[in-house]
Amino acid sequence: MFEIVEREEMAQGTIISNWIKAPKIAQKAKPGQFVILRANEKGERIPLTMADTDPAKGLINVIYMVVGKSTALFKTLKVGDSYLDVIGPLGQPTHLEKVGKVVCVGGGTGIAVLHPITRGLKQMGNYVYSIIGARSKDLLILEDKMRKVSDELCVTTDDGTYGHKGFVTDVLDKILSENRDIGLAVCIGPVPMMKFCAKMTKEYGVKTLVSLNPIMLDGTGMCGCCRVQVGGKMQFACVDGPEFDGHEVDFEELNLRLRSYLPEEKLAYDRFKAAMGHTCACKS
Amino acid sequence: MSTENKAPEEVKAAKKEKIPRQKMPEQPPDVRRKNFEEVPYGYTPELAMKEAERCIQCKDPRCRQGCPVEIDIPGFIRFIKEGDFEGAIRKIWEKNSLPAVCGRVCPQEIQCEGLCILGKKDEPVAIGNLERFAADYQRLHGRDILPPKAAPTGKKVAVVGSGPAGLTVAGDLILKGHEVTIFEALHAPGGVLVYGIPEFRLPKEIVFHECNYLKRLGVKIELSQVIGRSETVDELLERFDAVFLGVGAGLPIFLKIPGEHYIGVYSANEYLTRSNLMKAYDFPNYDTPIVRGKKVATFGGGNVAMDAARTALRLGAEHSYIIYRRGREEMPARAAEIHHAEEEGVEFLLLTNPVRFLGNEEGFLTGVECLRMELGEPDASGRRRPVPIPGSEFTIEIDTAVIAIGSGANPLLTKSTPGLALNKWGYIIADPKTGKTMKPRVWAGGDIVTGAATVILAMGAGRLASNSIHDFLTYGW
Repeated sequence: MFEIVEREEMAQGTIISNWIKAPKIAQKAKPGQFVILRANEKGERIPLTMADTDPAKGLINVIYMVVGKSTALFKTLKVGDSYLDVIGPLGQPTHLEKVGKVVCVGGGTGIAVLHPITRGLKQMGNYVYSIIGARSKDLLILEDKMRKVSDELCVTTDDGTYGHKGFVTDVLDKILSENRDIGLAVCIGPVPMMKFCAKMTKEYGVKTLVSLNPIMLDGTGMCGCCRVQVGGKMQFACVDGPEFDGHEVDFEELNLRLRSYLPEEKLAYDRFKAAMGHTCACKS
Repeated sequence: MSTENKAPEEVKAAKKEKIPRQKMPEQPPDVRRKNFEEVPYGYTPELAMKEAERCIQCKDPRCRQGCPVEIDIPGFIRFIKEGDFEGAIRKIWEKNSLPAVCGRVCPQEIQCEGLCILGKKDEPVAIGNLERFAADYQRLHGRDILPPKAAPTGKKVAVVGSGPAGLTVAGDLILKGHEVTIFEALHAPGGVLVYGIPEFRLPKEIVFHECNYLKRLGVKIELSQVIGRSETVDELLERFDAVFLGVGAGLPIFLKIPGEHYIGVYSANEYLTRSNLMKAYDFPNYDTPIVRGKKVATFGGGNVAMDAARTALRLGAEHSYIIYRRGREEMPARAAEIHHAEEEGVEFLLLTNPVRFLGNEEGFLTGVECLRMELGEPDASGRRRPVPIPGSEFTIEIDTAVIAIGSGANPLLTKSTPGLALNKWGYIIADPKTGKTMKPRVWAGGDIVTGAATVILAMGAGRLASNSIHDFLTYGW
């Protein structure tokens, strides 16, 4: 059992941060790696990239958005409650090195994944430009933490409620055109965002890492559920990734496969919401 | 059988009358193809005792030579014959910690039963059924007993992987007085017994019960520990005197044809793990979903393919095809498994090879294009090589595909373990007699050494390794 020792609701309760007691994982985990969580006996296995770790206290941090049954179920877990299973660290750690100038781009909950990588790149002595974006101000997370590990930070919102109005790619284009010596880009967020970022950095010839989020089952390379096409080769995101060269990834295919279980996901979520509603009605 | 009130000649005749091999009652095909419950119900005590009576108690039993873990077969059968079922399970436990599993999934026809002397003129004794009976009887009606354990040696052994090989090593070494800890990557122990073999062939409750039996003996089982990531083998060697690697051949092999990314195309590992381990067949009561296709094609001709095709029927498929590039004779699956699949309505498309998957714009699988094959000269495996017939392309409409053409060595553990020697397919090189690897204090056995094989072969490899580990811990060699 893996106890939640700290919990924060961000972005008006749609994004949740959990600090979970998992000493062995906290000892081993490196930026870019993920864990698989299962809330209870009937639960499914959900992959989440670690947003942070505190090895001294034996804690790991995951940040997730409530999008369906399992994440809604996770949201019901309060401080003192436990996940039944937390498995990890899984996946390859980010290869952190000094390249000079880097640009880190995060969208939505991707910012949570981006943060430890950005911090690692900063600690390596890189000059870090960061761009973080959200649909609107309410949904933006981790601005302060990102600011601390960046030399320059720019915020964008789709609706202009905060920072630059528009997409992260607008700012990315500006930074790339003004700084021809950028050696590496890291882009983490929704698939369309990563796709457009990678398309843009390719034009500038800047090597780009993306962190992929396909559907996973075991997370140890035994099923191939998370298979993605990278450079025309089948790769398993759970063991070969989750980070890949953004210029080589087939984003169209990833996007299609993410839609595998839309009807089932809707059914499960609707049932869950109805059951929660029912509980409330009984109590009243 | 009563012999009272009968003339002596009649008694003699009755004695001579051969008892036929006792059939196990089972669910009728049209009922069972709709549920995940176990197909055979098992012997009643009466049936078991009757079947046990058929054993002629050979002085030099050949059946025993056919058993990779050398169970004293006539010995335990004699106990069943006498109605001493506890005596029977104690006898089996001397050599085998997983009798409820082995009685169900061993290919007895090529092992113990294949060598039974009765099989020369008649049907062999149903050794597997009797082993299963003894284990089930113990589980359901037996007293809470355990076999005797040797005095503690203070030595510690780490077993990586809780499949048949690892469980056997753990069961052997704990009885010999060593401390044993199993590390399992998944959230449930059993390996292929829990994620691969379906409920209708091996109820998970039975696997958990046999794992529990090991726990009661004192084996520690640490779940969700991915050795290679959570901890390395070298780190285990700091804490343990010996390490056994029984991580299996869990790498899915794909067909490598166009369209394998379409939604509805599964590796057998994924399909069976969703259904068995995650209980997707009970979605939405369980949270893990699975595509419930109406027209499902399973590619391959082994036991895993049969398991997947039969699972598809139970998930509601109207058509469940086995697509296999060779002929029926060449299928590696057990005859009994093919027979069960056929009875339930699985359709066999033999001498057929897929060339590409077809899908719609939303990314869903809609069909598969295949070529007809004919059999040519025997290949390296000794089986006749399938050769495509030019121009014989045709399309089959399907919405789900399960690829069951074998599995390879998962590199996750081996890559993180320096000093292990691997062969060109990535399997660990180990001495076939002892299971010793090239790395000191590390043994390996089962599918990670041989490539995908059977449950009992993995257990046999586990037995050899545990003997060798025991020698090492006791005498230093």
